[in-house]
Amino acid sequence: MLEIRNLHARIAEDGTEIIRGLNLTVGKGEVAAIMGPNGSGKSTLSYILAGREDYEVTEGDILYNGESILEMDTAERAAAGIFLAFQYPVEIPGVATMQFLKVAMNEQRKAHGEEELTTPDFIRQVREAAGALNIDMDMLKRPLNVGFSGGEKKRAEILQMSLLQPNLCVLDETDSGLDIDALKIVSDGVNALRSPDRAIVVITHYQRLLEHIVPDTVHVLYKGQVIKSGDKALALELENNGYSNIIKDAA
Amino acid sequence: MPAVQETIDQVRQIDVDQYKYGFETLIEMDKAPKGLNEDIIRFISAKKDEPEWMLEWRLDAYRRWLTMEEPSWARVEYPQIDFNDIYYYAAPKNQTGPKTIDEVDPELLATYEKLGIPLREQEILAGVQESKVAVDAVFDSISVVTTFKEELAKAGVIFMSISEAIREHPELVRKYLGSVVPVTDNYYATLNSAVFTDGSFVFVPKGVRCPMELSTYFRINEKNTGQFERTLIICEDGAYVSYLEGCTAPQRDENQLHAAVVELVALDDAEIKYSTVQNWYPGDSEGKGGIYNFVTKRGDCRGANSKISWTQVETGSAITWKYPSCILRGDNSRGEFYSIAVSNGRQQIDSGTKMMHLGKNTSSRIISKGISAGRSNNTYRGQVSAHRRATNARNFTQCDSLLIGNNCGAHTVPYIEAKNATAQFEHEATTSKISEDQLFYCMQRGIPEEEAIALIVNGFVKEVIQELPMEFAVEAQKLIGISLEGSVG
Repeated sequence: MLEIRNLHARIAEDGTEIIRGLNLTVGKGEVAAIMGPNGSGKSTLSYILAGREDYEVTEGDILYNGESILEMDTAERAAAGIFLAFQYPVEIPGVATMQFLKVAMNEQRKAHGEEELTTPDFIRQVREAAGALNIDMDMLKRPLNVGFSGGEKKRAEILQMSLLQPNLCVLDETDSGLDIDALKIVSDGVNALRSPDRAIVVITHYQRLLEHIVPDTVHVLYKGQVIKSGDKALALELENNGYSNIIKDAA
Repeated sequence: MPAVQETIDQVRQIDVDQYKYGFETLIEMDKAPKGLNEDIIRFISAKKDEPEWMLEWRLDAYRRWLTMEEPSWARVEYPQIDFNDIYYYAAPKNQTGPKTIDEVDPELLATYEKLGIPLREQEILAGVQESKVAVDAVFDSISVVTTFKEELAKAGVIFMSISEAIREHPELVRKYLGSVVPVTDNYYATLNSAVFTDGSFVFVPKGVRCPMELSTYFRINEKNTGQFERTLIICEDGAYVSYLEGCTAPQRDENQLHAAVVELVALDDAEIKYSTVQNWYPGDSEGKGGIYNFVTKRGDCRGANSKISWTQVETGSAITWKYPSCILRGDNSRGEFYSIAVSNGRQQIDSGTKMMHLGKNTSSRIISKGISAGRSNNTYRGQVSAHRRATNARNFTQCDSLLIGNNCGAHTVPYIEAKNATAQFEHEATTSKISEDQLFYCMQRGIPEEEAIALIVNGFVKEVIQELPMEFAVEAQKLIGISLEGSVG
């Protein structure tokens, strides 16, 4: 589903290279965890996948279902089924969460040549998805992310993910700012989306999240490259021994 | 919610020409000779069959105007206006005043239909049009028709063109005209007093709640013609009226002048709600053409417990110079000003309000949302003052500016004067840009860039949109989306 080939990318403004020859393949139905120390390029990778204009790809390619997505803008990639759950979801004052959800869902439907949702259909879908994430409908009347607690913001991200039904989900530090109960709810929401047709990339610092969302593969990112890949045992090893041995081996 | 969708559809439909009201009606016109002198004023007055006192009033204003100078304090720039190069009177031939709908030139009816303004009462009553709003349609210098006059008369409400009112209710007009905006108030108000041609007159008697929304639709059609609108609204004790005003003009390469005066009078316990959606032609992206909108609007809360509320959505005009104000004379009176001013291209807006607290326990509220895009400049200029005797005056002001792109400007110029120690005035102001983060976030959910901007901007102005009557709110949201078309990239 996702194939990143020898990717090099830098910050457009000052030319600082962040991704330096990254290779990664994630198959359909796979849950891949990306771990790595601070500054290794994890969040940058998520932005580049989503098509943020602040970064420039200088070499290599990103293939999604076999096709390069480098020429597509952010909205086109989203409509094609790439979803990014943000580490820091952005506030949109004055725009009710419900309104935002409806616009987003209908824009994606439009891009697929489908009819707009009727209001009853839309409300039914939201009610179902919100119920599963323990989200009160009253919260959805509030402007998107404005005054939301850390837990509410992350749940709102997963709600959007489950309503938009993407094929490739990228979760950027979804566990940060969550207490253990919220972590459980969010993880259950992500696990409910696991399917043979969908790939999920989980970016995290901690093994803790991976106890709830058990990955099929684990990749260690360091200085913009994947320096080691393995199964979930690799995450445990990192938790116990830290990154230094792996970094030493790679060097 | 559907409004946002409509905004998006609307924006999408528009290709090169963003201004959809730019068409011209080809109709034979009856015009006064170009230029301004006492004979022209006599000509206008005679055309309207005015009494002698009205002509004297006009001539007096004209003589005073000759001694005045054009103001230059606003943050707007434009070449010197040649006041002798303008037609001061233009009316469709054979149209000397409002008629019944069957007598109105079909060409004019077609024009209003194209503009989406309902003029046929039967159709409105039959549900062809969804909302029941009484309309006074003003075309260049003349009111062509006023709907629902009879039904309103049953309730005791007088709604007619000001020209008719001068003939039919001279005692009321004489009593109130110029009582809020004096003849010598300012350069453009004085000019208007000399040459005003048409506008609306509303009188709601004691204790009457006007049974429907009233509105006036202004259209400038003729080339090189100035429109000098004069509107007077009076609410007697305990009366209420909600009044809407809409404006459009054809797309032309030269600038046209619109210098209006609007006066509102609210007596004891009366309430007037005045809403404007101003969509004059703004000129092209290089600043060629467009309307100069130099307007004096003022409401007088003359009675105790009276209330006047101004709501405006300003998207058009090359230059806007406009400060709808409230004189809070009656004790416990209240003034409100809600404004959305959108500027794009080379538009210049200098707009705001004045709240003059004179009575005891008076309060006012100002919510201003300015959105600048393109190479435009958007200035909020506001004055809040408390008179020596205005004990317990209260004001809350909030001015928010939103910038789109790097070539536009937003300015806030508040003046606050309190001569009474018990006054409490609060002023909050913010300036922000649509952030890259917000755009990226919306686009990551599949919302294309222009739609994302429309969504964020509609969120920014929500507080003010809520103050508009329902039908206007939807219209205003669409308009804002359209005005910002092409503001990125």
